[in-house]
Amino acid sequence: MSDSLSRPTSMRAQIAAPVADVSTLDEVLSRPHAVAAGRRMNGRRRAAQVLLALILLIGGLGMIFPFVWMVVSSLKKAQDIYTLSLIPPSPTLGNYQEVLQKTSYVRWFVNSIVVATITTASVAFFDSLAGYTLAKFRFPGANIIFILILSTLMVPTEMLVIPWYMMSIELHWTNSYWGIMFPGVISAFGVFLMRQFFMGVPNELIDAARLDGFSEFRIFWKIAMPLVKPALAALCIFTFLGNWNAYIWPLIVIRSEEMRTLPVGIAFFSSESQSSFHLIMAAASLATIPVIIIFIIFQRQIIKGIALAGLKG
Amino acid sequence: MSLSLQRRRWLWAYAFIAIPLFFFLFVRIGPTFYAFWMSLHRWDPIALDRPYIGLENYRNLGGDEVFWKSLRNTWIYVGVGVPAGLILSLAIALGLQRMIRFTGFFRVLYFLPYVTSLVAVGWVWRWMYMPNGLFNDLLGGIGLGPYAWLGSPDMAIYAIIATTVWQGLGFQIIIFLAGLESIPGDYLEAAALDGAGGWQQFRDVTFPLLNPTLVFLVVTGVISNLQVFTQVRAMSSQGTGGPLNSTISIVLYVYQQAFQALPSKMGYASAMTVVLFAMILAITIVQLKVLSRDTSNE
Repeated sequence: MSDSLSRPTSMRAQIAAPVADVSTLDEVLSRPHAVAAGRRMNGRRRAAQVLLALILLIGGLGMIFPFVWMVVSSLKKAQDIYTLSLIPPSPTLGNYQEVLQKTSYVRWFVNSIVVATITTASVAFFDSLAGYTLAKFRFPGANIIFILILSTLMVPTEMLVIPWYMMSIELHWTNSYWGIMFPGVISAFGVFLMRQFFMGVPNELIDAARLDGFSEFRIFWKIAMPLVKPALAALCIFTFLGNWNAYIWPLIVIRSEEMRTLPVGIAFFSSESQSSFHLIMAAASLATIPVIIIFIIFQRQIIKGIALAGLKG
Repeated sequence: MSLSLQRRRWLWAYAFIAIPLFFFLFVRIGPTFYAFWMSLHRWDPIALDRPYIGLENYRNLGGDEVFWKSLRNTWIYVGVGVPAGLILSLAIALGLQRMIRFTGFFRVLYFLPYVTSLVAVGWVWRWMYMPNGLFNDLLGGIGLGPYAWLGSPDMAIYAIIATTVWQGLGFQIIIFLAGLESIPGDYLEAAALDGAGGWQQFRDVTFPLLNPTLVFLVVTGVISNLQVFTQVRAMSSQGTGGPLNSTISIVLYVYQQAFQALPSKMGYASAMTVVLFAMILAITIVQLKVLSRDTSNE
């Protein structure tokens, strides 16, 4: 069975089309501009490069400075919090300890992971399925369905939160994982994105698989899906990040302290401890540092993914 | 009963699309109409009686000073935040594009704020804006201030916009870089051969060719700034859009009226979301017009 799945190289060449976009994007993001690279580096140009690098470096350090200040402040004792020094006079992890003791941080973290992971998996599957169907099947009503889905992109989430809230009350979904997740388990943006990429999958490939006796679902899952992996990865990154940082809907639908997601928990904790900024900065650090670490490890894929999702969507 | 091949394929398609279609009908399209319906009622979720009141909610909006204030503020978020973000990100993207080394490192620096939670970074900025916080300490060192920042009705909204711009910059830079890269180097070289200086090359070649990127970023920027909520709730005094409603946005006011006011005024809040929807719809239509004009010129 697995023999019929391994595709001959000629087919590989055919399928390069939908992927081509991504590799050019990759180049865009990593390669220095042709004009700049083509010119010879004489003395004046080198000086200009150094100056430019310096300006960009100062700007870039300015960009990350709030995070530096956040971590520095989180390591200061309450009595030192208003000192200007970049190095805490008597560094302490006590603030972190206190935040972990006072709040259900671990629980919030787990909640965020659960919600973001399930939502992302669901979006990845159903958006691909819908995108594939709209790209590769001709059936009565296909256009209407596509326009219907596309039109939902124009409706701001804020218009829907009130009806969703009424719905959640009627169906007893408030304060549950499903209640937090249900508005996002399929995204119109993702359907549109995946449709764009599935359109680049050659029809001959699908027809050949049909002749081989593959079921339609298997063609989708085993033949088409592997060809749009870059787009799928982009969609997953985009969706995970969006759900991880989501605020307004979880804020509305969550009622109990232990069901809070990280942003909601951090928001409540911060406003409840108004002036204790040493604790607030520790909480903010706990919320952002994991994301920063993940981002630094996967920065290429994440930046590429978001650029791709942003550009094609 | 045997089905033709074509019909079998139709059945597969319907089976594939069934769940997504069901979802969009019941979670997106249905609630959209429901929001319109709610906006025509006096709607308190715990009251049994939710009387139909026609357009009264919309009429009341007209006389609601806070609503007008939130509308005005929202357009300040858009009108100041979007251009500021675009100018800064374009300048940085042009700089990054000319860099030969360390491009990956710089991208990480500029992109980092975009991936972090707006709630958390909102509080970090609030900390820096405190009367005895970092900004006033630094400015005090050179004999300026102290400023009230978030405590000042004149300044607070711009302080929040600064945070918004900072957070969104990375995304805009990356999109600009992709747009800049799609401009053929030949064009710029040709312009250089014709004696165009750096500024002229930018104005006459780069900028016009960047138009589709610019339209995309303007539209996404306007739409996301129209929906500003999280940073206002994290940064304004008590999270209420203060001081003196000087930072309240439409979405924050919607949230307050629907989920914090007693009794809850969900019908009234829905009427506000309809206004927001109308604005976003208008912008989308303008975008489609602009984009279709662009392609017909090609």
